[in-house]
Amino acid sequence: MSHDSSLISAQVRHVEALLEQRGLLDAGEIDTRIDEFLAGGTPANGARIVARAWVDPGFASRLLADANGAIREIGLSMAGGLQEQRLKVVANTDGEHNVVVCTLCSCYPIALLGPSPGWYKSEAYRSRVVRDPRGVLREFGVELPAGTQVSVWDASAESRYLVLPRRPEGTEGLAEDELAALVTRKGLIGTAAV
Amino acid sequence: MSRINDVGGMAGFPAIVEEADEPRFHADWEAHVFALNGALIKRGVYNLDEFRDAQERLPVEQYLAASYYERWFAAITTLLAEKGVASADDLAVGDDSAH
Repeated sequence: MSHDSSLISAQVRHVEALLEQRGLLDAGEIDTRIDEFLAGGTPANGARIVARAWVDPGFASRLLADANGAIREIGLSMAGGLQEQRLKVVANTDGEHNVVVCTLCSCYPIALLGPSPGWYKSEAYRSRVVRDPRGVLREFGVELPAGTQVSVWDASAESRYLVLPRRPEGTEGLAEDELAALVTRKGLIGTAAV
Repeated sequence: MSRINDVGGMAGFPAIVEEADEPRFHADWEAHVFALNGALIKRGVYNLDEFRDAQERLPVEQYLAASYYERWFAAITTLLAEKGVASADDLAVGDDSAH
């Protein structure tokens, strides 16, 4: 994949210096943007959304109808990036499992969840999950009953997806923050059960 | 007509590999490329659709050989040249006019 890291590092530094000189970048602007981005999106935001939906059926139905509006109720937003994208939340049920991809590039709710994993951006995943979703899910350790329908959602520049996993059995006694701790980034993409 | 980025359904790519404890960026320059793109879009030098298009029309061999953020950087420099912000010569390392 990556070839000579020192060469491209030098190229990037050179372009930044050139743009600063021509007044298209402010000194320190790049470092500030990096710090803000790293402090922003995280999978924990997705886990909070899921846990709230598990404990609050009213929130869950608002989330499925209008995710952008519903997540504002818990202080989250899809507007943290370059432009606000539509978020659609898709719920796993007894009979249906959802999985998200961006076949054309790497569209993902990045401002909400932080960067996507490398495998999500790979041609390997993007090409195959739409053709053989059950096989791909099996490689991730998700075995689905033959009767379960698999829905694959292909994200776009304007529309991003988040999977609402099924609440695991035996978690009736857990508090909302304990439930959130069960939710993984893969669960939010659909390549894990939770 | 589809372009090389339109890989949905295509056969022949290697196995899907999960990286354990994957960092958010694998090198400092990747974070810089990410932030540089955001800064240029915010400033209106180009927009997000133009950025995606610039990646998708990279030469096929370059698209497939490049890592994720190498593609981003190639798209950024392509657009900077096309928008007349800097010539290809200015953008290349080794040119002293930036210093």
